[in-house]
Amino acid sequence: MAANNHEILRIENISKSFPGVQALQNVNFCLKKGEIHALVGENGAGKSTLIKVMTGVEKPDQGRMLYDGVEMKIKSPQHANNIGISTVYQEVNLCTNLSVAENILLGREPRQFGGKINWKAMNTRAKEIMLGLDVDIDVKAPLATFSTAIQQITAIARALEISSTKVLILDEPTSSLDVRESDLIFQCMRKLRETGVGIIFITHFINQIYEVSDRITVLRNGKLVGTYDTENLPTISLIQKMIGRSLAEYEDMEKAKQDPDKQQVLIETNNLGRSGTVQPTDLTLKTGEVVGMAGLLGSGRTGVAKLIFGVEEPDTGDIRVDNQPVDKHSPHESLLRGIALCPEDRKESGILGDLTIRENIILAMQARMGWFKYLNKKQQYEIAQKYIDMLNISTPSSDQLVKNLSGGNQQKVILARWLATHPKLLILDEPTRGIDVGTKAEIQKLVISLANEGMSCMFISSELEEVMRTSNRIVVMRDQEKVTELPGDTTEHNIMQAIAGAD
Amino acid sequence: MDTNSENKTSFFHRFRKSRLFWPLVALALILIFDAIYAPGFFKIGILDGHLYGNLIDVFNNGAPLILVAIGMTMVIATGGVDLSVGAVIAISAAMGAVLINPAFGNELISNEILTQNVSKTPLPLIVLANLGAGTACGLWNGFLVSRAKIQPMVATLILMVAGRGLAQLITNGQIMTIYYTPYFFFGNGFILGIPVAMYIVAAVLLLAWFLVRKTSIGLFVESVGINDKSTYYSGISEKNVKLLAYTFCGFCAAVAGLILSSYVHSADANNIGSNYELDAILSVVIGGTLMAGGRFSLLASVIGAVVIRTFTITMYTIGVPANALLAAKAVLVLLVILLYSEQSRRLINSLFEGKKERRDA
Repeated sequence: MAANNHEILRIENISKSFPGVQALQNVNFCLKKGEIHALVGENGAGKSTLIKVMTGVEKPDQGRMLYDGVEMKIKSPQHANNIGISTVYQEVNLCTNLSVAENILLGREPRQFGGKINWKAMNTRAKEIMLGLDVDIDVKAPLATFSTAIQQITAIARALEISSTKVLILDEPTSSLDVRESDLIFQCMRKLRETGVGIIFITHFINQIYEVSDRITVLRNGKLVGTYDTENLPTISLIQKMIGRSLAEYEDMEKAKQDPDKQQVLIETNNLGRSGTVQPTDLTLKTGEVVGMAGLLGSGRTGVAKLIFGVEEPDTGDIRVDNQPVDKHSPHESLLRGIALCPEDRKESGILGDLTIRENIILAMQARMGWFKYLNKKQQYEIAQKYIDMLNISTPSSDQLVKNLSGGNQQKVILARWLATHPKLLILDEPTRGIDVGTKAEIQKLVISLANEGMSCMFISSELEEVMRTSNRIVVMRDQEKVTELPGDTTEHNIMQAIAGAD
Repeated sequence: MDTNSENKTSFFHRFRKSRLFWPLVALALILIFDAIYAPGFFKIGILDGHLYGNLIDVFNNGAPLILVAIGMTMVIATGGVDLSVGAVIAISAAMGAVLINPAFGNELISNEILTQNVSKTPLPLIVLANLGAGTACGLWNGFLVSRAKIQPMVATLILMVAGRGLAQLITNGQIMTIYYTPYFFFGNGFILGIPVAMYIVAAVLLLAWFLVRKTSIGLFVESVGINDKSTYYSGISEKNVKLLAYTFCGFCAAVAGLILSSYVHSADANNIGSNYELDAILSVVIGGTLMAGGRFSLLASVIGAVVIRTFTITMYTIGVPANALLAAKAVLVLLVILLYSEQSRRLINSLFEGKKERRDA
């Protein structure tokens, strides 16, 4: 194993600041040949900046970088690529309408005499590369026909093909994959480790860190906390190091108190359904309760949320809000009725990146007040500041553009947008996806405290632990259908069984 | 003393970051060109108690373009485009001309009737019909885009083509010359020595500014342009926002049609307001609003329109023939786009920064 101790990349005393933010401060990092090195930290800890420095996107203010023992200044991402540092980002940047082989070898296709592409050689080469990663697929089929995991692996294959990669950076490759798909990626990572590639693995999933990584480097607020051997670092201390406080955050969390005498029925659906997304469903939501929605991706959780919020119109059944039947279905009507939805897809249907935090926060409130009752600037700043303080949104000012915020803070801004309308029902669809542990706990606590004040909340999440921690009642969905309802103090085992459909 | 100079730099810095900076740079470049090659350009005189001169012409003749650019800004900010404004100008002008001298059926109007300085319809009613027709056209566009979900370029292309046909239908295929003098007031009149058209522009700009900054419409328009799905999810009726933007654009084109037909004393369905859609889009682009929609500035678009008018008049002043004007305009477009590119901005910014550093040293 002596060869494995060879350091391929070493970073010493790197600092980088942006206007108003010290993104990195004297950070040291070292990657060995043939290891999987997890880089973890909360949002804004400096992971992305560190990666950007390594790949030449940003130039460090100070510090030096040794690559294969030689001091090196990375000039540009191309330069990084040429010397063997490749990055695969969370969002796959490939052409899904081209074949896998074309994607891997795009721009470096094997040619025949006369400049024509030698398709046969190309497909054979692509097949070879993919087999090298333990993936046996038809490389001639369009990329779009494969799962996201295979697309990710194709991106990795492309990165490997372009340069004789010695350092591979994987930026949250598994964030939108299910367990089985993630395993495919891990398999591929282990294979690469054997060939001596150093892999930097960035993820928010704690369990995945323990599944594949050899060492862990923790960053917090732009500073290095430390580098540890994975086997010697228990989960609980890893989390402590990441968030700099114990999980007391979670421990003092209590579910919303339920008082059956005071609670009224807020929402009642009767046979509510829409062909293709949700089978007819009966559901009741009471004031002051948190109802969890568990189920796999595509089980109809989001579909129910969209029907209740009015994004989609139901084919069958009806909804009653406060005992009044709903006849017009649209987000605007729902807003007036006091229903709010933080959508699953933050970028696509949540934030307005080019507007400021202030404008994003007052948007829904303004939508309820109408076109001609415009909040003046002073009121806008007051409201924005109130929610920035309340939700702990970290930003120098409310005039910051939302696209410049980290994922967790963007989520908080959307939450603020809806809380500003004082909703009776808040539907949260995967509110904690891709955000760090500390913020997750904050959001969960907030939901519970709002429920204690009488708001009703529907909590949709893929993380069972989270659903169980917050919910007074858990609705389980499977194959677009409501399977069962379980009490909030049920066990994980029971929920899993309901999801799986076993007895 | 120190704080004073600091304030100055920070003001300059703020100005440089403002949306108006680049359009003003473009305008300044043209004016500098004029100062060197056509010094007569800046002469302003008083004739019969009216201001006249090239600079007044820029605003007076430029009024219709400025108006259309204001409307176009709203549409482009929602992420759309309105190609029909030229045709809407023709329809609005045709309405005015025909109400002065109604020509029903197939009978053509004899010169004898036409040349009389009288109107068959009271003037306020004519103005109302002008504006109403244009606004209805805008409403139609808005309906196609927001309700029928047709792509803006295609939806407004329909009226761009059909509109001139409609205008000819209204005028019975005639080019109608107007002899009714009160109608000339909008395009040729003066109040306190300043052209009436400039007052109209000011009024429309004020109305637009009020809608955009004193109601939530401006915020909604920007948010629709940035991401209409997020906007819809936020409980805003993104359809109505789009409908309003196109309707307002139609209204602006109608006002432009009123001024233009009044200025040229006629309504020629085929030629009046031709190419206005392209000039208006260009004005908005010079004003720095992205064609993809989002953040916008009405004033920047107005300056954009002024840039185009100043350029046109400059070209005439230095003797570029009218038929070569389009080629010259193409050069302007090219220069503007180069000026706005990321590279040249960085270059110019670094020039400023460099100067400051040297001054600091």
